[in-house]
Amino acid sequence: MSDVLVVIDHADGEVKKPTYELLTIARRLGEPSAVFFGSPDKADAVAEKAKAYGAAKVYVVDDAQIKGFLVAPKAEALQQLAEKVRSSGVLAAILLPSTFEYKEVAGRLAIKLDSGLITDAVDVQAGSDGGAVTTQSVFAGSYTAQARVTHGTPIITVKPNSAAPEQAEGAATVEAFAATVSDAAKGAQVVATQPRQSTGRPELTEAAIVVSGGRGTGGNFDPIEGFADSLGAAVGASRAAVDSGWMPHAFQVGQTGKTVSPQLYVANGISGAIQHRAGMQTSKTIVAVNKDPEAPIFELVDFGVVGDLHTVLPAATEQITARKG
Amino acid sequence: MNIVVCVKYVPDATADRRFEDDFTVDRVGVDGLLSELDEYAVEQALQFREKREGEDITVTALTVGPEKAVDAVRKALQMGADAGVHVVDDAIAGSDYLGTSLVLAKAVEKIRAESGADLVVCGMASTDAAGSVVPAMLAERLGMPQVTLASVVESQGDQVRIKRDNEGSTEVIGARLPIVLSVTDQSGEARYPSFKGIMAAKKKPLATWSLTDLGLDAEQVGLSVAYTQVEQTTARPPRTAGEIVTDEDGSGAGALVEFLASKKFI
Ligand SMILES: Cc1cc2nc3c(=O)[nH]c(=O)nc-3n(C[C@H](O)[C@H](O)[C@H](O)COP(=O)(O)OP(=O)(O)OC[C@H]3O[C@@H](n4cnc5c(N)ncnc54)[C@H](O)[C@@H]3O)c2cc1C
Ligand SMILES: Nc1ncnc2c1ncn2[C@@H]1O[C@H](COP(=O)(O)O)[C@@H](O)[C@H]1O
Repeated sequence: MSDVLVVIDHADGEVKKPTYELLTIARRLGEPSAVFFGSPDKADAVAEKAKAYGAAKVYVVDDAQIKGFLVAPKAEALQQLAEKVRSSGVLAAILLPSTFEYKEVAGRLAIKLDSGLITDAVDVQAGSDGGAVTTQSVFAGSYTAQARVTHGTPIITVKPNSAAPEQAEGAATVEAFAATVSDAAKGAQVVATQPRQSTGRPELTEAAIVVSGGRGTGGNFDPIEGFADSLGAAVGASRAAVDSGWMPHAFQVGQTGKTVSPQLYVANGISGAIQHRAGMQTSKTIVAVNKDPEAPIFELVDFGVVGDLHTVLPAATEQITARKG
Repeated sequence: MNIVVCVKYVPDATADRRFEDDFTVDRVGVDGLLSELDEYAVEQALQFREKREGEDITVTALTVGPEKAVDAVRKALQMGADAGVHVVDDAIAGSDYLGTSLVLAKAVEKIRAESGADLVVCGMASTDAAGSVVPAMLAERLGMPQVTLASVVESQGDQVRIKRDNEGSTEVIGARLPIVLSVTDQSGEARYPSFKGIMAAKKKPLATWSLTDLGLDAEQVGLSVAYTQVEQTTARPPRTAGEIVTDEDGSGAGALVEFLASKKFI
């Protein structure tokens, strides 16, 4: 059977949900082998997680020497790993999470492996010949496109929420992989990092429900946060809200922020500009609260309330809390 | 020193963007413009030059694209870039990331050979393809470090430092020129061309290069040799009109909660 390399998305060994989605997708194409860039101490715990989603192997690339150097060393390591897998079998595809970092890794890797690259897939299926056929959402979500890689090893970055994770028992044999990283790859260095404080709410891109606020909040996000918490949702913001300094950029939804594709998206005080739509248009159910009945966001919604978010949301929050008892 | 800023000509996002019969992006039938996100790249390139008064720094705007793509370069010249390069060749049409980054890299190398170029500035993403991969691929091809997604750019001598938002953290990244830099829309408003700038732009050098000028063959780029193939595109069906209620005396909240409950979100 052919192998599929899956890069594990994690924060300090804490495996993120998109990893399980990638492993699920990988099984449609071959046998998944997971790649863990991280500390070998965490490898067993990570392997345990990957095992439950069908990983046959877990390659561990100790990142102690490379984690301060951005993208290039990871691309070199993956190139070497891909060549090793290819030398003893067939490498059907390399799947990576569609984060900015891994998209850049994928870009460099595509050149190194002389292979085709597809970014931001929202679905990957096996085609009639068994090869990967991807679906992408393009032009701010107004089109979908099906594509495939026609040369080399398909390198595909996959967005969160692109598959429902399905469990399957894998062997998850842990294997250390010693990559050789060139000095040239260490040209850009992380000089300082400041972790953002956790809000305790779900991660924006992974959340099942996202509640966002825009300029219409007037800078008061309390109604948004209260409503989000009553639904167990993540909080998002429009660029207008971010540019006004009301929310950090990490919360921005849209073309130059995060793309979200939750089960439910609630836009409050957001007009629905094309750049905002680009980040939320593929949400399953869309709801909006807006004072202006003519706001373009209403063209997208399954349900809309024409009204003031400052009264509608707190009242709704109260009712939801009451229902939950 | 020469700064090369990569600017892409893209179909207007507010127009009806569509595909050609061969599934390439329609770049001719839809009005195009300089990608808004590349305006930030031009702005940062100009600021880099301005902050280093007294040094001999020129900014060259580079685009790879069809005839009309020269508009993207013109706009950059109007904003204040010193020179422009437009790489145009029928054979380039339909190139994927591999092809586009190859042509861009060859053009940067040619500029470097002629006048030195230690800094290549890109936007964070093109507004049509939105891959955010070309800067990294360009860095790979040029053998340069990449410093991407900057919201703040600072430099001293040959050292460049940027600040950026990453998943879960804010980072400071340092590197030594030559580098490929990309900047986000958080990096500061891009200037509008002034009347003077528009007049001055007409006299600035603007070169047009073909594949041959770059030492490339038609067989190395374009749709026919792309490593990816789009097999189908489908317009998203218009969303069926949803239910819209008007809030009167608190009715909106009740209706909203009922809707959410009916969909099992509560
Ligand atoms: C290159 C580029 C990239 C961009 N990227 C993004 C991006 O990633 N994400 C993004 O969001 N935008 C992005 N934008 C900006 C986008 O074009 C819009 O300007 C932005 O989305 C507007 O935000 P908004 O809807 O909050 O504000 P507005 O458009 O000002 O809308 C505010 C809405 O709130 C309503 N309102 C006011 N008061 C109330 C109230 N009390 N109760 C209920 N409703 C109320 C108003 O009726 C109005 O509809 C980008 C723009 C460019 C050019
Ligand atoms: N055809 C092109 N001509 C010039 N610059 C480009 C071109 N394609 C991409 N770029 C640059 O690469 C950046 C990222 O593009 P992308 O990877 O397509 O999202 C853009 O913001 C531009 O700076």
